[in-house]
Amino acid sequence: MDELQSLWQGFAVALTAQNVLLMFLGITLGVLIGVLPGLGGANGIAILLPLTFTMSPTSAIIMLSCIYWGALFGGAITSILFNIPGEPWSVATTFDGHPMAQQGRAGEALTAAFTGSFVGALVAVVMITFLAPLVAEFALKFGPPEYFAVYLLAFCSFVGMGKGSPWKTIAAMMLGFAMAAVGMDTVTGQLRLTFGSTELMRGFDFLVAVIGLFGIGEILLTMEEGLEFKGRSARINARVVLETWAQLPKFWATSLRACLIGCWMGVTPGGATPASFMSYGVAKNISKNGHNFGKGEMEGVVAPETAAHAAGTSALLPMLALGIPGSPTAAVLLGGLLIWGLQPGPLLFVEQKEFVWGLIASMYLGNIVGLIVVLTTVPLFAAILRVPFSIIAPIIIVVCAIGAFTVHNAMLDVWLMMLFGVAGYVFKKLDYPMAPMVLALVLGDRAEDSFRQAMLMSQGSLSILWSNWLVGSITAGALLLLFWPLITALRARRAGGA
Amino acid sequence: MSQGGGRSAAAVTTGTMEIVVALLFFGVGALVAWDSWRLGASWGMDGPEAGYFPMRIGLLICVSAAVVLAQGYRHRHAGRETFVERGQLRDVLSILVPAVVYVLGIQLIGIYVASAIYVAMFMALLGGYRWLRSIAVGAAVGLSAFVLFEFWFGIPLPKGFVERALGF
Repeated sequence: MDELQSLWQGFAVALTAQNVLLMFLGITLGVLIGVLPGLGGANGIAILLPLTFTMSPTSAIIMLSCIYWGALFGGAITSILFNIPGEPWSVATTFDGHPMAQQGRAGEALTAAFTGSFVGALVAVVMITFLAPLVAEFALKFGPPEYFAVYLLAFCSFVGMGKGSPWKTIAAMMLGFAMAAVGMDTVTGQLRLTFGSTELMRGFDFLVAVIGLFGIGEILLTMEEGLEFKGRSARINARVVLETWAQLPKFWATSLRACLIGCWMGVTPGGATPASFMSYGVAKNISKNGHNFGKGEMEGVVAPETAAHAAGTSALLPMLALGIPGSPTAAVLLGGLLIWGLQPGPLLFVEQKEFVWGLIASMYLGNIVGLIVVLTTVPLFAAILRVPFSIIAPIIIVVCAIGAFTVHNAMLDVWLMMLFGVAGYVFKKLDYPMAPMVLALVLGDRAEDSFRQAMLMSQGSLSILWSNWLVGSITAGALLLLFWPLITALRARRAGGA
Repeated sequence: MSQGGGRSAAAVTTGTMEIVVALLFFGVGALVAWDSWRLGASWGMDGPEAGYFPMRIGLLICVSAAVVLAQGYRHRHAGRETFVERGQLRDVLSILVPAVVYVLGIQLIGIYVASAIYVAMFMALLGGYRWLRSIAVGAAVGLSAFVLFEFWFGIPLPKGFVERALGF
């Protein structure tokens, strides 16, 4: 078992005093980010990323990934206590979590949510431990056409699995690619889309886009809803925790299904949000207590939370093994790898063993630390939520502005952040999806490079995407996903006509 | 949601916004395609030219924007829903306009002083807090950001005449 040995070495890397301290710091910051409106996993990490430029990559990724776990945990707190999902993937948690809190069972709901999250994340990390090295080894055989086909698959799956209009998904995604093209062309050195501006030569940085779209945009939406925090108080003590844990094993089947759904949706770029809804729906249909869902059923908290964490964690698998992130937050982490001078992709498992296994080991440790931190500090974070919005909102905007500036020490980026904020607000209201746009912005250059290299190999003929069984089947899968909305529409029409 | 009354009157309908955004997308797509075509979007001596890939991206933006536009026109009756109510728009602008002024302030007087003034003004004028308390919180935010970035992280943020006068 090579993996176990590597994992063991990874624990040795992750378990230094400094790294454990960073884990606690990361989790605490992450929960805070998950709890506050306008700050989420993706833009929270984007804001803090510039501060890690001087750290060693392993320590930096440990802290940032712990922020990610913390944000996943934090979303549940606001959903259950305040009926306000702090993150999109915790919307489904409000369905049963908040009714439980209204019945005075907030402690139970929180314990169930946190434990479910922990289980989901743990299953996903075990999967990453054993599957990621295999995927990476397989991907070492990939050439440019295969890579472009995998990118195509990732982006087509947004079109196929997205809920809104496929045309809006394509438009938003292509806008991301267009923004990625701005600046100096990496191959010919020509300036593209800069229109004579030297400031635009840097191109659009995805960190600035993420801070604007998800940060400022979210604040504007929150303001529009005229948000008032009316929360339930929560008390968690050892007795509640132990009593809840005693009840949880009977939901093993629901948890297992949630883990499977989560892992699948996380590896394919479906993401945590659809995974949590799907898991909730499946649990509601299958469970004996299905009719009670929505009225405060503990199973209805476990199902979405477990799936969301499984998805959020397994989104790191394609990022590590292929260099293709499964979620916007994973995309930001991938951007971090590039900034630290690491080349994401299968070679990472060969050349940066210490980094990869340190990260995987820290996922195990980080989730244990996370469970401890959230179970002990819920009242503290609930108190932070009672700070009025008119104090929190300007401070968050200040934090976003500092975050956007520090990316390149450029004032233009702060203005762009505001522009992205307005765009984020409008896109959200009109159902233009932001995740594919951010992913396209992050991956644009790499996708273009592999496309150009593939075209060079074939002298400009697209037939290279079908030149062998491997690239052919990936391309075929991508096209199937791309035309999936059309296929389902035709089938629905036929069923309706019959 | 209550019908009628000043607050729930629509400032903009969803249909109008759909058209405006789709037109913007189309414009951006056309701009991208045009600039790529200018650079050369065909097959050069040694492979694809610089505009080869972005040209296709730009055209795809135009095509999808055109479809969204057409769909918006076909379902124009559904587009009469409210995109944003007047009261909501006022709330959103009440946070957006000060934020834009704040960014302008960063450029003119540096980020620390601008942040302090921004937080204090926001709390006092929009949150209805007493001036003393607002100024205290604002000053605390500005000062802690200064200490954090200037001394701890060592990352230079934009400074203005106040910091210069103090010798930083």
